[in-house]
Amino acid sequence: MSFKLITLVVIVLGILAIAQLVRVYELSSKLRNRREEDISNRDNKMNGNLMMLFSIIQYIGFIWLMLKYGWTGRGEAASVHGLETDWLLNLNFVIILIAFFATNSLLFYFSFKYVRKPGVKAYYFTHDNKLELIWTVIPAIVLAIIIILGLKTWNNITGESGKESIKIELFSKQFDWTARYSGEDNKLGYSDYKLTTQENELGLITTATLDSAIRLMEIGKLDGTVLGIQLLEEKLNNPKNIFVPEELVKMENDLDRKTRLLRLLVQMQKRHNKKMDARAFDDIIQKDTLHLCVNKEYEMSFRAKDVIHSAYFPHFRAQMNAVPGLVTRLKVIPNMTTQEMRIKKKNPKFNYVLMCNKICGGAHYKMKMIVVVDTPAQYKAWMKTKTNFKDVFLAKPVVTPATPVDGAVVADTSMMAVK
Amino acid sequence: MGALAHEAHGHHGAHDHHEHHDEGFVSKYIFSMDHKMISKQYLMTAVFMGLVAMLLSILFRIQLAWPGESSDFLTLFLGETWAPGGVLKENMYLGLVTIHGTIMVFFLLTGGLSGTFSNLLIPFQIGARDMASGFLNMLSYWMFFLSSTIMMISLFIETGPAMAGWTIYPPLSALPQAIEGSGLGMTLWLTSMSIFIASSLLGSLNYIVTVLNLRTKGMKMTRLPLTIWAFFVTAILGVLSFPVLLSAALLLLMDRSAGTSFYLSDIIVGGEMLENHGGSPLLYQHLFWFLGHPEVYIVLLPALGLSSEIIATNSRKPIFGYRAMIGSILAIGFLSFIVWGHHMFITGMNPFIGSVFVFTTLLIAIPSAVKVFNYLTTLWRGSLILTPAMLFAIGLVSTFISGGVTGIILADSALDIAVHDTYFVVAHFHVVMGMSAVFGMFAGVYHWFPKMYGKMLNTRLGYAHFWVTLIGAYGVFFPMHFVGLAGAPRRYYDYSVYGEFDTNSYEMIMDLNVVITVFAIIAAIGQGFFLFNFFYSIARGPKTVMNPWRSTTLEWTTPVEHIHGNWPGALPEVHRWPYDYSKPGQEEDFVSQIVPLAEGEEEAH
Ligand code: HEM
Ligand SMILES: [Cu+2]
Ligand SMILES: [Cu+2]
Repeated sequence: MSFKLITLVVIVLGILAIAQLVRVYELSSKLRNRREEDISNRDNKMNGNLMMLFSIIQYIGFIWLMLKYGWTGRGEAASVHGLETDWLLNLNFVIILIAFFATNSLLFYFSFKYVRKPGVKAYYFTHDNKLELIWTVIPAIVLAIIIILGLKTWNNITGESGKESIKIELFSKQFDWTARYSGEDNKLGYSDYKLTTQENELGLITTATLDSAIRLMEIGKLDGTVLGIQLLEEKLNNPKNIFVPEELVKMENDLDRKTRLLRLLVQMQKRHNKKMDARAFDDIIQKDTLHLCVNKEYEMSFRAKDVIHSAYFPHFRAQMNAVPGLVTRLKVIPNMTTQEMRIKKKNPKFNYVLMCNKICGGAHYKMKMIVVVDTPAQYKAWMKTKTNFKDVFLAKPVVTPATPVDGAVVADTSMMAVK
Repeated sequence: MGALAHEAHGHHGAHDHHEHHDEGFVSKYIFSMDHKMISKQYLMTAVFMGLVAMLLSILFRIQLAWPGESSDFLTLFLGETWAPGGVLKENMYLGLVTIHGTIMVFFLLTGGLSGTFSNLLIPFQIGARDMASGFLNMLSYWMFFLSSTIMMISLFIETGPAMAGWTIYPPLSALPQAIEGSGLGMTLWLTSMSIFIASSLLGSLNYIVTVLNLRTKGMKMTRLPLTIWAFFVTAILGVLSFPVLLSAALLLLMDRSAGTSFYLSDIIVGGEMLENHGGSPLLYQHLFWFLGHPEVYIVLLPALGLSSEIIATNSRKPIFGYRAMIGSILAIGFLSFIVWGHHMFITGMNPFIGSVFVFTTLLIAIPSAVKVFNYLTTLWRGSLILTPAMLFAIGLVSTFISGGVTGIILADSALDIAVHDTYFVVAHFHVVMGMSAVFGMFAGVYHWFPKMYGKMLNTRLGYAHFWVTLIGAYGVFFPMHFVGLAGAPRRYYDYSVYGEFDTNSYEMIMDLNVVITVFAIIAAIGQGFFLFNFFYSIARGPKTVMNPWRSTTLEWTTPVEHIHGNWPGALPEVHRWPYDYSKPGQEEDFVSQIVPLAEGEEEAH
């Protein structure tokens, strides 16, 4: 309350003060018979000088910022392509800084030097083809160089990855990342979003996951946390339940949607080839940190579950969007272990990171994953501690009733409890 | 002065001289079809919207500088709903950023800038009595007003305004389950923008037709002031690109409410598995940026046009390379349609297509560079009169350079991959739009205020305003480049997350964020000089004369009092180009366009 009052008082006083100043100024103008559109030589000169002063202060501020923070405040690049990008970035910065300083200096100098002086008339100069040709051609040449070098680097960055490259997947959802290593066969198992269940968050396709997804869709979960078609129908048809109309409509729509999705799942099951199971089963799913091995080429692919996210590795100078319905890819060769970087940065707590860099909801800013670049030995040792998808998935039997006889009642009461 | 006045007088009794006497209040001030009044209406609306957007930016800047700390200022404006305990909510942070960006780009710099100055200057400078269609013009303003109102209302609804960024990429913008602002807030956003687009189309068509058809005798295209060229090309860009945004918005509306899958595919959100399959979020981005990039030139070209005029007038020199300036405007206009992909280098778009966009984008730098060099040469050996308008125009050139050069980094896909969507981008577009275009708008207001209101603005307050704004704005946006180069992603609510993995960057970002916010507050307070000056001078400013800046163009041959039809007598006839300043052999240091060539005098161009 007091804050509002103070603000109000300050604003009112400020306006009154300016009003008084303006009154005084107007009176004095009137006395001296000065009109607002006549800019006095003194004002002119003062503003010209201020222009010069401003440009000097601006340069000092800029150079100070550059010395203090450099043009890569995130430190040296930690990937092979990142080094190339940084080299090119530096070159481009040199070019644009020359352009910036040259033209800005001329601008401020001219506006200081050529302020109106009594008796000096402006020089009538309408055009000069030669001059104009020169300053069309010079930027054109410089830009041609920038384009050629840029495209060369771009092709290197986006080109095919080598046969030896390690395949991994980064799966994004609001608001975290999940990594999937391709296991011994170095092939990522296939996936489909319709197979997503609590036990199979990435929707990997195997005979077992298909089965369990279909069962879940057909029936639901015993504890009522997931309503399959059957549980939904029972709930709808149970005379004991009374629904408000909107809820009823929503449930009926749900039922229809699930029926259609089930049909698609069943079709998928029919097409499924058991031989493909191994491809997914040996994958390794990893949640909190992403471990990479130094100097290995990684072919990363990205998927998104809900909205667009973007995988941003600031220290590798690499970035790629993860788009629902699309698989995108990126090639990265980390070339400095976390340990080496910590020493370089003199910061024992430093870690590489994978950040989300596409607005994706309220907690967008927290959506990150620590990245650790290991030596080959460390990496191997770490990998040994991991369990593959098969063992994880089959260890947790899915809790759907095998026979849907009296499950209905159970589900129903648990549903009430949930509500 | 006498030379230009005599031409306009002496034609008393011409047709619509006395029509303006018996106008009612409503038709004069509210549903006016007069381009001068409509221009003032646009300006007022834009000033209001600009203020709101600036206030929003201060609100979220407070959060960025002092994350998690309680602020009375936030409570004052957002209350307990959106800032419980004086701390901004995550979702509302995004809401504020979204509406700030939307208002600044569309309402201040598209509607406001073009609307104000195209309306004011097109009829005046081409020698027309009004726009081709006064009625459509009026409709255009009122639709603008309606869309502004809807956008404002969306700030006050329970689930908050749109929160998906001003680019409203689906699926985030399509799914209310993903963020609360994508419910009613997004519906209002889309409604408002659809009306805005219709308004903009009506306005643009009118501008184009007027420029093509209503030029007075002797006003060849090559005698048009550069302002008109800029407005003309801007209007063409608008007509060609805004409909594409409208279609993008309509498809989005259908995805949201009719169950279509234009942009949606394979989504599970809020625990619900959606059936949508086969759509592509990239389609939306292509459609959006097909407008989005021309849009930045829709924002910038009018500002460049205004400053060309102001710089020539106040250097007392012809604009250097008039034809090259027209050529660059046309080249920029054309190229701006084939560069949109530079916003999508890392969306998963084919890298080869990316290369093509790198090429076309960097081509735009050439006409832009030509413009800068031409401005510099215009200043060279001029006799500069540093009015507030002139200062802002020079500021525009400076920021156009500073923002243009960083564009070269962003246009290069191999570099963009390192800085895309970071604060480096935010810094870049603020320097070109938030500074250049806004400076152009200020320059225009200071320069043409006498024409709009018949009064003079206070020069000293204008100076104070300029210097605080220049220093404040550079203080905000220069450090932002460094925050971006440190890798800070944009649209983050709280950068203290950096503390968890990189304390070096953490310190740098947090420090600079405080610096930026302090400068932002200074700049915002500095706008008080302008606001006071503006409203005070409308009410009590000293009366102006017919041609205060001793300018050559036609608007300064009209009487100070606004009248229907602009010229009391016959329309003026044009005999020369608009930049005869300090022409050798002339008595005065300017020769109005309506003065016939003397015997043996050569026309410049
Ligand atoms: C007081 C001066 C201003 C300040 C302090 C300011 C600050 C900011 C900040 C911090 C952001 C958020 C960036 C992000 O996280 O992505 C932003 C976004 C934006 N601003 Fe400003 N801004 C100012 C003036 C302007 C002006 C004059 C324009 C006119 C073009 C503008 C246009 C935008 C746009 C288009 C966005 C992007 C919104 C989005 O990400 O959806 N701003 N501004
Ligand atoms: Cu995200
Ligand atoms: Cu663009």
